[in-house]
Amino acid sequence: MEKTVKRTGKNYASDQDIRWCPGCGDYSILKQTQSVMAEIGLKKEEVVFVSGIGCSSRFPYYMDTYGIHSIHGRAPAVASGLKATRPELSVWLITGDGDALSIGGNHFAHLLRRNFDLNVLLFNNEIYGLTKGQYSPTSPINKITKSSPVGSLDHPFNPLAFAMGAEATFVARAMDRDPKHLREILLRTHQHKGTSLLEIYQNCPVFNDHAFEAFTEKTSKQNSTIFVQHGKPLTFGANQEKGIRLDGLRPQAVDLSADYTISDLWIHDETDRTKADLLVRMFDDPRSEGALPRPFGVLYAGERSTYEVEMNAQIERAIALEGEGDLDALFAGKSTWKIG
Amino acid sequence: METKKPMTAKSTEEREEVTILFAGDSGDGIQLTGNQFTNTTALHGNDISTFPNFPAEIRAPQGTLAGVSGFQLHFGGVPIYTPGDSCDVLVVMNAAALKANLPKLKQRGTIIANRSGFDKKSLKLAGYPDDAAPLKAESLTSRYRLFEMDVTRMTRETLADSGMGTKERDRSKNMFVLGFIYWMYSRNLDFTIKFLEEKFARKPAIVAANVKVLKAGYHFGETSETFTTRYEVKAAPMPEGVYRNVMGNQATAMGLIAAAKKANLKLFYGSYPITPASDILHTLSKHKNFGVRTFQAEDEIAAVCSAIGASFGGALGATASSGPGIALKAEAIGLATILELPLLIVNVQRGGPSTGLPTKTEQADLFQAMYGRNGEAPLPVVAARSPYDAFEAVFEAARISIEHMIPVFFMSDGYIANGAEPWQFPKAADLPAIQTHFATPGARENPYLPYQRDERLVREWAIPGMENLQHRIGGLEKEDLTGNVSYDPENHEKMVRIREEKVERIAHFIPDLEIDNGPEEGDVLVLGWGSTYGAIKTAVVQLLEENKGVAHAHLRYLNPFPKNLEQVMRRYKTVLIPEMNRGQLLPILRGKYLIDAKGLNKVKGVPFTAAEIKAEVKRLIAS
Ligand code: SF4
Repeated sequence: MEKTVKRTGKNYASDQDIRWCPGCGDYSILKQTQSVMAEIGLKKEEVVFVSGIGCSSRFPYYMDTYGIHSIHGRAPAVASGLKATRPELSVWLITGDGDALSIGGNHFAHLLRRNFDLNVLLFNNEIYGLTKGQYSPTSPINKITKSSPVGSLDHPFNPLAFAMGAEATFVARAMDRDPKHLREILLRTHQHKGTSLLEIYQNCPVFNDHAFEAFTEKTSKQNSTIFVQHGKPLTFGANQEKGIRLDGLRPQAVDLSADYTISDLWIHDETDRTKADLLVRMFDDPRSEGALPRPFGVLYAGERSTYEVEMNAQIERAIALEGEGDLDALFAGKSTWKIG
Repeated sequence: METKKPMTAKSTEEREEVTILFAGDSGDGIQLTGNQFTNTTALHGNDISTFPNFPAEIRAPQGTLAGVSGFQLHFGGVPIYTPGDSCDVLVVMNAAALKANLPKLKQRGTIIANRSGFDKKSLKLAGYPDDAAPLKAESLTSRYRLFEMDVTRMTRETLADSGMGTKERDRSKNMFVLGFIYWMYSRNLDFTIKFLEEKFARKPAIVAANVKVLKAGYHFGETSETFTTRYEVKAAPMPEGVYRNVMGNQATAMGLIAAAKKANLKLFYGSYPITPASDILHTLSKHKNFGVRTFQAEDEIAAVCSAIGASFGGALGATASSGPGIALKAEAIGLATILELPLLIVNVQRGGPSTGLPTKTEQADLFQAMYGRNGEAPLPVVAARSPYDAFEAVFEAARISIEHMIPVFFMSDGYIANGAEPWQFPKAADLPAIQTHFATPGARENPYLPYQRDERLVREWAIPGMENLQHRIGGLEKEDLTGNVSYDPENHEKMVRIREEKVERIAHFIPDLEIDNGPEEGDVLVLGWGSTYGAIKTAVVQLLEENKGVAHAHLRYLNPFPKNLEQVMRRYKTVLIPEMNRGQLLPILRGKYLIDAKGLNKVKGVPFTAAEIKAEVKRLIAS
């Protein structure tokens, strides 16, 4: 039940002091989330933020909604039980790269395939911040950190490809440094019926500054990012003079001023699963030679019934067939006998 | 089928109580046979107690000792508390079953053996030497009464014109044995025939074949000259009322449903398959018309966390597992402890450590329930003592959890879970209502204080959707009253003490410990908890008949203990605590009350016999 009440973002802020480091990307995400809440007009008491452990997981404390700061990696399970019994609530899950993809990888995968109607904001800063700077499952290979003084060996996860592999129905990407786009995608995340995964690139200035520089700095961002929009061709560059075409199943960056025109380009269809699988795979290291730009926006939005709807339908069917449960009949079971 | 006239006159003898052990290969349908005999016998009005004993492997190598499945049942015209220390009748389908179970047969007991299960191959598989003939051995024939019958051959012959293949026909072997035992104990076949008709409703040919073999077994008893006597076991003098037969896991599931209903809450059950707890999930998932939401989670951790999420939303969250799964849930149980939300954690204990003995019973997880979390995190613990008692005990556990806003451990074990006994089930209207402690939403002057408490130290349950009560809770230490994150040293100690005191105060809301049997003071108090109930009860009944100064008390509440526990213990010269572990309740009581209680311990994966407890009491009295 989401009734409209006129509020501003500030209405959704709790009275607690925010304890993130100055300059942390989390501030921007908090602000945009509060503002989106106001725009949607959600009733504060009908919103629940559920988080795991990590810097980002402090988020619920700063929202004047219901909130539960659970344990490391397990927020998906907590949110599943909540949504199963209270389908009418607006449930938001806050997690990080370590929380969702390392300790909670199993729950994260199962949450996506089950498709509860809730929103997952995955704050990806490619580092363990709260424990003071170890490499995370999304850190690039050879990352030098406190726990990897000569470089990390682990090949990183591609979170959105992980999500597609786990049968997610909504897969999107945004970043803290582009609040306008972030806000737009947060709205889309809320609107989708099913588990909506929004990965947000979030800068950790203390332990992993510049991790996403290539996507945020003026000099590089035009060539290393591409903002996809449903029904529109994939173009990028300072003046949208470049685009992506499909060469068979291989995305290829092309120059529109030369041999190709806009009609040669890949038209983004967010409902196309096959193309979404290719899109999430555009995951080149932006510093590498000939890297394809990294896609931002809603990469996939499919339709599938939600877990809680099906769960409640089973219950209603059982009641229609067998009638409301009667304890006396339950206790007696199929065969009884009498003494005396 | 036409009833043949008996060729010989048969006499009927009366027996007060009988213990039968059915044993065979795990593919022989032993559990089904045992359950059928149990239900028929319960309907006959006998008191009864059963103990299934199956191998951990689903299909252990056929014919081997590892593959032996057993079902022991003890029934009588007198009160029955255990599945029996040893058996009067041992039914064996093959050589391995005989080898594994012969030590459980009483002197002069009866062996009914399926002859074709003793061919060369079966003997070899059972590990007998090449030239062995165990059924002919002097040591066997001189000590026991042996009846051989060729169950396999007679079953095949009965179904000769059924058009079924040998393998298919052999599947009905257990029905022949069952029919025969029904004859032997003067039972009627109706219950089993009805069961077969329902179970194979879509396969009339299978129903017909099984019923035919069942009757053939019955008539074999009537016509064969080998058997001259059948037995009658009269109905037991049980209190007047309506009864059913119930297994511990079923009773647990029903108790959960009943508690949720009596508290007017949705029941959410998060669970991951594990032996021997899975039947609770199976049972609950059949009762969706009670609004029960069962959630088969991706692992044990998700199972408990989903239940916590449900409780946060205002449902009764419950989860169950066995020891290894409980270990995985420990961190989340700690979370629920600091959140102070209702949560029911069912532990159907099995032999440990690690994977241990998955299908065998043990009581070695009491320490885990009491102490198995990081930090100071005491929780209430409630234990069932028998299959039917699981209903009332889990209902109590749920009552405490809901009324006191606290996670509660409910302890069952493999023996309770799979054992069965008659249950004089209650009327729903007679069950007490469970009071929820919901907050009142609406306009307020001051900020809401989620950790404000009443005189029991219980906080309110303010759930999402309640206007103006928005608050955030989590695993970080909370400030008293506000629930805000706090690292203040004084506050931490205060909160630790409050959570401890909150558990202690529950003692005012549980009944005093009563003496189950025996004098109010005397030489020995046998103090038990959990599934040792039946063995202790039987032992103490017999000792009292021998005029020994012994009494029995059984603890349902293990944390907090009943207020009068210490006084009760001090009225006896010695307190004996039998446990299926290396001593867990014992050191807790010794530590808490500085009382010199004695332990009697067994960790064999099988329950105590009454004789073992009797012997220990006698030794104590003599010393
Ligand atoms: S450590 Fe990094 S991620 Fe954590 S609060 Fe500080 S800046 Fe933000």
